[in-house]
Amino acid sequence: MNTTYETDNHTKQQSQSTSLFGKRIAWRLGGAIVVLWAVATIIFFAVLLMPGDPVLALLGGGSGNVSAEVVAEVSKEYGLNEPIFTQYFIYLGNVLSGNLGTSYSQHLPVTQVLDEHIGPSLQLALCSLLLAWLIVLAMTIFTSHRRSWRGRVGSVIETLAAAVPHFWIGLILLSVFAFGLRLFPPAGSNGWNTLVLPSIALALPLAGFIGQVTRESLDFTLDQPFILTAKTRGLSDVGVRVKHALRHAVLPGISLSGWAIGALISGSVVIEVIFSRKGLGRQLYQAVLSQDMPLTIGISLVVAAGYVLANLFVDVLYQLIDPRQERVQ
Amino acid sequence: MNSLNQTIAASKASFFWQWKDINFGTIIALVFLVSLICAAVVPHWFTNFDPLAIVPRSAFESPSLAHWFGTDQSGRDIYSRVVYGTRQSLLIGISSTGIALSIAVVLGLLGGLGGATTDRAVNWILEVLFAFPSLVLALLFIAIFGSGIGPLIVATGLGAAPGYARMVRGQVIAVRNSGYIESARALGHSPLRVIFRQLLPNAMRPLVVMLTMGIGQTIVWASALSFLGLGNKPPAPEWGTMLSLGRDFVANAWWLTFFPGLFIVLTTLSTTIVGRYVQQRLEGRLP
Repeated sequence: MNTTYETDNHTKQQSQSTSLFGKRIAWRLGGAIVVLWAVATIIFFAVLLMPGDPVLALLGGGSGNVSAEVVAEVSKEYGLNEPIFTQYFIYLGNVLSGNLGTSYSQHLPVTQVLDEHIGPSLQLALCSLLLAWLIVLAMTIFTSHRRSWRGRVGSVIETLAAAVPHFWIGLILLSVFAFGLRLFPPAGSNGWNTLVLPSIALALPLAGFIGQVTRESLDFTLDQPFILTAKTRGLSDVGVRVKHALRHAVLPGISLSGWAIGALISGSVVIEVIFSRKGLGRQLYQAVLSQDMPLTIGISLVVAAGYVLANLFVDVLYQLIDPRQERVQ
Repeated sequence: MNSLNQTIAASKASFFWQWKDINFGTIIALVFLVSLICAAVVPHWFTNFDPLAIVPRSAFESPSLAHWFGTDQSGRDIYSRVVYGTRQSLLIGISSTGIALSIAVVLGLLGGLGGATTDRAVNWILEVLFAFPSLVLALLFIAIFGSGIGPLIVATGLGAAPGYARMVRGQVIAVRNSGYIESARALGHSPLRVIFRQLLPNAMRPLVVMLTMGIGQTIVWASALSFLGLGNKPPAPEWGTMLSLGRDFVANAWWLTFFPGLFIVLTTLSTTIVGRYVQQRLEGRLP
């Protein structure tokens, strides 16, 4: 009798929490859309503030030879003869319908450039994030313990890794493994072996940062009473760490992953340049150098959208790992 | 009263002069940072070479006793270039951290003290700034306002500002209802005086650590930007620019990129270690 009641209550609570979960995601998604709208707006007005003629700016900062017809065409496309607010709505309409203009430096629609380069960028980012987490888990599970030399060595390695800039690791890997030992190709983006060195360069500093936090939290978790309980049940040390402590210990690292994705995107700009990889980062860099405003704006918008969505995903993941968050709300 | 003053003076003195719990690593980090600052102020004390002198005959010499870090493609001494580059790199790191902090304090104070609507607005601005990864924000800024050393500093500061702003806001909210703030207001001090004499010093205390560690990270991001060729013009000695120049010769002259990078690493590492020591002292927490 009593048991049925409890089960009943439990299911009810569960369904309630699922709906709460959905509601929260919907809220966050709405918030993300508003943020993206603001991002697009800010970029629009920032470009308006640019010194010089906006038509020439859109076409390459006045450095290119632009014919009168092209100027007229661009003015019409962006409605640059209209009042600012009309221009703004034309721009928003263009962005919403996926028309991001034509890249001045590559003479291609911006969407086509994005389409071509988004794949390699995602590959690199996912590979590095995965590698960073593998390093973190391996390091912390096997070396984390206060008052032991292994823990201290692990902690020193993490501090060191966090202090090393990715582009320097990239250059060193390049000179040792690509030019010295000739194990990996120094440039290019086809095949898995071009992915190895860039991923390591991006993953090491990231692993350093996430590792420091995860180690601290694993050390803390291992002092908790439930760990002692698990040990008295006869589980092995590593078993206790993997099965009981890890789920608690990864939480701060997971919430840091949102920030880590941002660092990855920033880092991939430099790494893609060093390894001459295809990707959004290098495109953004070249667009900035050649003052190709449509491409710069297009890539910034897409990157911002990706980053906001990734952060949303990290939030959801956090809640899946730690459902306790829910009940507090 | 007199004894109270003495106690306060003694506790201040003990904070600054009693190097309790300092370990070997922290001492090395401090020594390194102090010599960096010396190198930034008086670089000619550390080297006899002119960082800009071109000696074509001795191009691409590997590290030796004469040229500790080797020479570059024009025969310039890398060691002296690293030493002379300290000034630029530190200046960039410190001033971008300063800019980031100023933006953060303004936004944080507005958010923490300005009432519900302002707070929501500030939160929203931060949310929007957070939508950009820091280097992308910096690149966007450079695309709009042009490249060069000034825009580079502002761009790096802007990229780091949202993170600090969120922390300042949190701190201000945590401190604003404290008893001492209330007492200061009850004593009739003007709001500005309360903000600058009571609120900010207390709110900023935990941020000292973040700032110490932040300078290292800003140096990394600023050198990433100058590595991409968006800061100083090439012959000028600056660590990021040197890395970018050496990149073309990484296949056969590793020392061109190794040493400037090593100094970035050592600087970041030292600021982290010193930051942790300060954290320990401030929070009274042992590692």
